Amino acid sequence: MERELRLMKGNEAVAEAAIRAGVDGYFGYPITPQSEILEYLMEANPYERTGMVVLQAESEVAAINMVYGGAGCGKKVMTSSSSPGISLKQEGISYIAGAELPCLIVNVARGGPGLGTIQPAQADYFQSVKGGGHGDYHLIVLAPASVQEMADFVELGFELAFKYRNPALILSDGAIGQMMEKVYLNPQKPRSSESPDWATTGKGSREDRNIITSLDLDPDGQEQFNHKLIEKYAEIEKNEVRYEEFHCDDAEYLLVAYGTSARVCQKSVQIAREHGIKLGLLRPVTLFPFPKKRIAEISSRVKGILSVEMSSGQMVEDVQLAVNGRVPVMHFGRMGGIVTTPDEVVEQVKILFLGGK
Amino acid sequence: MKEATGIKEIIKPENLAYARTEVMLNNTLSYCPGCGHGTTHRILAELIDELGLQSKTIGVSPVGCSVLMYHYLDVDIQQAAHGRAPAVATAIKRLLPDRFVFTYQGDGDLAAIGTSETIHACNRGENILIVFINNGIYGMTGGQMAPTTIPGMKSSTSPQGRDVHSMGNPLKMTDIVATLAGTYYVTRQSVHTPANVRKTKKALRKAIEYQKLNKGTCFVEIVSNCPSGWKMTPVDSNKWMEENMFPYYPLGDLKTPSEQAEK
Amino acid sequence: MAKIKGSIVVDVEKCKGCEVCMVSCPTGTIAMAKEVNGKGYFNAYPANPDLCIGCASCAIVCPDGVITVYKTKI
Repeated sequence: MERELRLMKGNEAVAEAAIRAGVDGYFGYPITPQSEILEYLMEANPYERTGMVVLQAESEVAAINMVYGGAGCGKKVMTSSSSPGISLKQEGISYIAGAELPCLIVNVARGGPGLGTIQPAQADYFQSVKGGGHGDYHLIVLAPASVQEMADFVELGFELAFKYRNPALILSDGAIGQMMEKVYLNPQKPRSSESPDWATTGKGSREDRNIITSLDLDPDGQEQFNHKLIEKYAEIEKNEVRYEEFHCDDAEYLLVAYGTSARVCQKSVQIAREHGIKLGLLRPVTLFPFPKKRIAEISSRVKGILSVEMSSGQMVEDVQLAVNGRVPVMHFGRMGGIVTTPDEVVEQVKILFLGGK
Repeated sequence: MKEATGIKEIIKPENLAYARTEVMLNNTLSYCPGCGHGTTHRILAELIDELGLQSKTIGVSPVGCSVLMYHYLDVDIQQAAHGRAPAVATAIKRLLPDRFVFTYQGDGDLAAIGTSETIHACNRGENILIVFINNGIYGMTGGQMAPTTIPGMKSSTSPQGRDVHSMGNPLKMTDIVATLAGTYYVTRQSVHTPANVRKTKKALRKAIEYQKLNKGTCFVEIVSNCPSGWKMTPVDSNKWMEENMFPYYPLGDLKTPSEQAEK
Repeated sequence: MAKIKGSIVVDVEKCKGCEVCMVSCPTGTIAMAKEVNGKGYFNAYPANPDLCIGCASCAIVCPDGVITVYKTKI
């Protein structure tokens, strides 16, 4: 069947893609800049189309716990929010990871900390990739850089979440959430009628009851479980790294950027090359697992690396770890919701690596 | 199994008058001697058995003493974050509407951290059963004050007794949810005497059967004891409960379907 | 008129000696053992088995469900 071409906002694309992907339930709460996801779903009323449950919860905390309940039943369930709301969800996310449940969380990030601003930012990298919630776990983190990827990553996120029984996060930002671009939408998939064998659906004809829990008061048991999680994340790191390269083959200087910053940096690469600077861009598509191997490879043949993020410098630390001191790694980024411009980035490359020329 | 038995001649299968239901697993309960949790678990298990619901039940256990409920009831169970069981149950019931879904929560879970989830699930009229074990104290964490602790009652965080001026009055969640249009059947019971156990079983049976009607939330509070937290023997704690807790939390129905039919 | 006689079986090692069954028994059948069980509790037992009428009050109020009840008409 053909994909349908539409002109949509990033937020709307997530919502429509969710319906078409056969998602069973969406539980959300209004917060700028992502309320359109909930509004679109309420307007579209997919309960009539596919039986998909859409519920405005009383808080982000309630919403993530609804996701836990639905995920425990083996259903494809998701929630979305923006930075402060994602902070509220952290305990629930840790529980979901600890109970090894699949689900999708969408963060349309805004400036912080605290109530911050409603403009876009990329200051939730640490929160998304380094934990966020308590305990040893990781989220599978996908970073879209277009409305198309906002739509595509819904299915991809669920595919990875169910493959590894782990929560997945789409880390977007206010610019991508609000911008309109053309997007190709997949045809409607039916909601699944099967349940994984570990799900709580009522004992049915099963011999044993299923229990969804993240509690183990026996320290040996809990340590074993943590080892199991570590092995799972090692598998994910082995199999699921995704990134995109732009003019990296002959690059002398490398930009590393994701999401909106990557779009800006693509232009920066063009501008730089017009001025004779051999600049390249590596755009991580998965932030966990991070493309550390590829960055390490490239670092052996460039003279300097600039991590461009709308933050005070978070992903730059992972770049530094991957580069391991081979070449200088610096950071540049505007904050407060201000989006970097392509010229600014080229200026920074000149100042930091080329003596200001 | 080491047994203490009565007259041996009477002990024959055909004379069986009461035995543990198989829905209650044969594991030793981790609850303190005399605690109402065990009794309530058993009543629920018997009803699930008698009503033929074992294959269709999904329970949600809280954080608190009864976090380990899934070791004792032979049904599918999800363990929820502290206070969040009504949200978890909301999703389960909406996604699997033909299952019997219940939450089982203590007073810290339901009336402190979970106040919002409790009220909003009831306000939306989620078709679930909420079982609320109210013993006026935080048992699992060592006997701290709860929102339902009664004035003057000593606890580890109200060592001079609950002072309503700085700590507020006991929060009567059951009364609050009874005022919400989304609740269908709201009642308060206890399990400390055989007569009350029978009444509680009747009330829970009604609540479970009402779920099929999809008319709203059924909310059953069980005023219970906490011998360890109250620092009393089980028998004394039941007497203390009758004399001191029941005046604040009187037993009986707060909202019944027949009332609503008349409206 | 037929008389009902009962007989209870107490799972000694699971009993926690809470005594709630003892105070619930209408006939005075139950008492607490003079020696502790393996867990250190003075478990309940039918001290006066002839008084038991099989009403199951003890069993239904027992928090740990350790009592099984039999009864018959004599």
